[in-house]
Amino acid sequence: MGASQRLSTIDVLRRGWRSSPELRAGAGVTLLLALVSAGGRVVVPVLVQQMLDRGLHHGVGGAVFWSMAGGGVLAVVATGVAAAATRTRMARAGESALCALRTRAFRHIHRLSLATQTDERRGALVSRVTSDIETMSHFLSWAGVAWLVNIAVMAVVLGVMAVYDWRLTLVALVVVVPMGVVLSMVQRRLAVAYDTVRSRIADMFAAVSEAVLGHHVIRSYGAQRQSTERLESSIEASRKANVRAGVISAFLFPSGDVFSVLTVAAVLVLGVWLGPAGGLSVGKLVAFLFLTSLFLEPVAEFTEIIDNTQTAVAGWRKVLDVLDTPVEVIDPDPGVALPAGPPAIEVQGVSFGYRDAPVLHEVWATVPAGAQVAVVGATGSGKTTLAKLLTRLADPDEGRIVIGGVDLRDVAPSSLRTSVVMVPQEGFLFDTTVLENVRFGRPAADDDDVRAAFAELGLKSWVDALPRGLHTRVGQRGDSLSVGERQLVSLARAYVANPTCLILDEATSAVDPATEVRISRAVESLSRGRTSVTIAHRLATAERAQLVLVMDGGRLVEQGTHEELVRLGGVYAAMHRRWSSGIEAETAVQAR
Amino acid sequence: MATAPKPFFAGVAGAMVYAAATVGSSWVLGRVVDRVITPRFESGRVATGTVVAGAAAIVAVGVAKAAGIVCRRVGATIAKYRAEATLQRRVVLQYQALPTAWHQSQRTGELLAHAGADAEASTEVMAPLPYTTGVIALLIITAVWLLVTDLFLALVGLLLIPGLIVLNLLYQRRVEVPARHAQDLTGAVSAVAHESFDGALVVKALGAEDMQAATFEAAATELRDARVHVASLQAGFNALLDGLPSVATIAVLVIGAWRVDAGAISPGTLVAFVNLLTLLVWPLRLIGYVLADLSRTVAGFDRIEHVLNEPLPPPHPKPAHLPAGPLDLHVEGVGFEYEQGAPVLEDVTFSIRAGTTVALVGPTGSGKSTLLLLLGRLMEPTQGAVRLGGVDLDAVADDDFRAAVALAFQEPFLFGTTIRDNVLLGRSASDDDVRAALALARLTEFDSATVVGERGATMSGGQRQRLALVRALVGRPRLLLLDDATSAVDPSTEAAILNGLSDGLGTTTTIMVATRPATIALADEVLYVEEGRVVARGSHDDLLRRVPGYARLVRAYEQGKAA
Repeated sequence: MGASQRLSTIDVLRRGWRSSPELRAGAGVTLLLALVSAGGRVVVPVLVQQMLDRGLHHGVGGAVFWSMAGGGVLAVVATGVAAAATRTRMARAGESALCALRTRAFRHIHRLSLATQTDERRGALVSRVTSDIETMSHFLSWAGVAWLVNIAVMAVVLGVMAVYDWRLTLVALVVVVPMGVVLSMVQRRLAVAYDTVRSRIADMFAAVSEAVLGHHVIRSYGAQRQSTERLESSIEASRKANVRAGVISAFLFPSGDVFSVLTVAAVLVLGVWLGPAGGLSVGKLVAFLFLTSLFLEPVAEFTEIIDNTQTAVAGWRKVLDVLDTPVEVIDPDPGVALPAGPPAIEVQGVSFGYRDAPVLHEVWATVPAGAQVAVVGATGSGKTTLAKLLTRLADPDEGRIVIGGVDLRDVAPSSLRTSVVMVPQEGFLFDTTVLENVRFGRPAADDDDVRAAFAELGLKSWVDALPRGLHTRVGQRGDSLSVGERQLVSLARAYVANPTCLILDEATSAVDPATEVRISRAVESLSRGRTSVTIAHRLATAERAQLVLVMDGGRLVEQGTHEELVRLGGVYAAMHRRWSSGIEAETAVQAR
Repeated sequence: MATAPKPFFAGVAGAMVYAAATVGSSWVLGRVVDRVITPRFESGRVATGTVVAGAAAIVAVGVAKAAGIVCRRVGATIAKYRAEATLQRRVVLQYQALPTAWHQSQRTGELLAHAGADAEASTEVMAPLPYTTGVIALLIITAVWLLVTDLFLALVGLLLIPGLIVLNLLYQRRVEVPARHAQDLTGAVSAVAHESFDGALVVKALGAEDMQAATFEAAATELRDARVHVASLQAGFNALLDGLPSVATIAVLVIGAWRVDAGAISPGTLVAFVNLLTLLVWPLRLIGYVLADLSRTVAGFDRIEHVLNEPLPPPHPKPAHLPAGPLDLHVEGVGFEYEQGAPVLEDVTFSIRAGTTVALVGPTGSGKSTLLLLLGRLMEPTQGAVRLGGVDLDAVADDDFRAAVALAFQEPFLFGTTIRDNVLLGRSASDDDVRAALALARLTEFDSATVVGERGATMSGGQRQRLALVRALVGRPRLLLLDDATSAVDPSTEAAILNGLSDGLGTTTTIMVATRPATIALADEVLYVEEGRVVARGSHDDLLRRVPGYARLVRAYEQGKAA
């Protein structure tokens, strides 16, 4: 997509950090609190040292003894409070940043041109504001905290170790390098293994979902054996991948411990060799053994933290990418308002293509004000694309569209959306009531306006027959209604919007005849007194239109009334001949 | 466990080694303090052999502990995934075996969840089970050692263990509900995004972007607040879970110092105890997670059991063979209801002569599609009987049935494989047969090796329908059932295909649900269905004249199409 696909991890972090003020606010204080809270880890080793070296000698139960114990408890409580504050502050800053980022991405996606969106791409866009942000949230709640806490712990532990003895500190420090190298090697193999796990599981899900969704086909064609083989092999493949990853991680996990005990042994030998002459004491050496384990403990975790960080960065990169995708259709500010009354539309030399595939070639056409125009043509002739350009869901690559005397690109967005309304063919509805769906057309409309709209369109009886009238819920995407009924709601929605110009994309799928009649009557009432352009899939619509535009291979090849075009004997006449053979066949039955 | 006893017990053995080595490492540390460090610093000297032995013991116990962990994890992993795969296999095979009526009553998402998340959850407990036994062993060894060594120290240690367990349980209980709430809100955010992007065209066409953004922002903000709430709860508990062992350790140090002073224990033993307490913190925390997962495991397994316990339809006791040649069809008093008391079909009776083509016409919801599903044996009538070629339909042997009957639906299902595989679905046919069927359905624009995207995403609705037709035709069926299977094919192509059908399949009995005059025109006879009953039968114009409902339907239809 955008150029940021090639951003390095550091670049993503830098850009993300810069673009999220919520993360930056108070970050210094959080860092300070993290350092304080890390102090909690060294309380016990330091106290062990103090007890062994001083407490036991100054006499148990004395003032020094009790002040040591009391100081220790106080330190534990203080660092605990600091730790809780650190985590809460991080969560608040991080989640606020993610919430803002999510909302920004959502808005941006809606501003992107629809013309280039396919169903697949749409799924990916949903991931940008959901699962990609979730990976970052997950990072925040674990790896993000772990980075901060582990670095703080290692720094504090290292500091205390250095105060006790710099030579022993060097031993612990030197081990970090080979330990890190070995662990990250295993980690890398583990990451590959987990990738395999994910894709095997995806394969398995694909197989299962085909078997479930295609159950009736498998059953009616007796394809169970084939399907079972595929299911079993995909389950087996995912099991193997899981075991492989599990075995690698079984080795990764304790290898840190092995490094740790080797270092502890080395520190012991060196400490004993240095002895009291080297400034060491029993307490210091014992504390050092504790501190060495504490210092190396996070190293093993870091390999996992880095892996999780990479996942989160990948998610962040994708979200930033979406924000970087340029908005192709830029709204004018403030723009020109369209005049009242039905506008004329002029399509002037318009060409348009999706990426490299040209769809429209230099289309010139005029739609008179208030006229009912039908656009016809075979699938892929460019008629739906033309409709998208007319509603400015995309801008032409070349040429321009003038509506009511104004270039479409200069029309104020609010004026455009109230004057030009499209009724899309799929009749998408939101998962709420019929009433709320219609009010989408004009949020200010009340129950009576909506009822009046249905009445005007001759749909009163249909609404009344619904189980709960206007308050009937339509289900996801309107699935509780039939395709045709969804169209009826879309038409009422367009009616309350009260546009001066209507772009109708006819449904291609079969609608039962009774609804079909309702739709065509409603369309008729809706178009009255408005300029209307219908993308017609039925030639009956073209027969009724005042002007027919015929598209073929992305060009406007013929225009005129139905009669004129039939007389012309060209593309339209041929389409009409093929189409009416269906009706002739029917007449033949009747004559039989 | 039953599916993989050996790896499972290897895992438990590894966990025992881990437990023993964990306590062992503390013990060794204590001995090293008493035998190596203290003599060196107090009396100035210690034998080199003792130092080396001490260092070697530390390394040896550490390596043993690591080996125990590897053994435990490998065993547990193998056992868990073997059990999971076994469950998954049983679930999907059950899916294959269950009848269509059952599938219709289920949501796809849930069926996928049973094979995925539920199977995973059911076996989730397998992985940490060896670990849990190890931790229990660890606690027992610790308790015994403490009791044997010093009663006073044992008291502190034994107070800490239940304290941590209670705190962990409290943590699970207090955090679980808000955490689940936050998880639900994630779903809500995702639902808003899905719907809004799915309906992007409508949102845009109506200029409702701001309204949608406000809805989304509200959902996202609620999620943020819930997450911050959970995080602050967790932060508090984490501080307590970290702090409690530290305070207990300080108590051990205080009491231990007093006991050392009294000569009851050595400084080394004190160091060993302190070390062991720090080593116990993590295992005790993980126990809490395991307990929390237990309810997930039970719930997941319950859901799977439910599917596995679903009874399968028994096979017919005496399967019969179909006679050769064209097949006639007799439907006698057939009724069907999805739910009791709400019949979809009632007392449907008709006969169709072999080799004829019959159109089923009727308003939406009149039961046409259900009737075809019954004839295609995807569901069983709740009343009455169907006889194909004189044989009871449910008695026809499976192989005979599949060779003789083919179905094509309005919304075809395509598999993410080649056109050829989609057509054959495991059946065998020559390339010529496939080619002929492709030609018959006018699907000649693709090479048969072309892979169609998942669910046929790369094809248009009309192309998908034509491919489903090829699938039905390639086996040269003697009974062809078409459920509005050409609705997305443009009318001229449809006419060509249906004309081709009547030429190409002279001896096929065809029943098709039809919603276009052109389609109806191709039938020899029309059955008119209303509210689950066949109310009229005859030629198209006979019905037009005789049956007002039919005439109204067709007239309505003509107005929509041809007025």
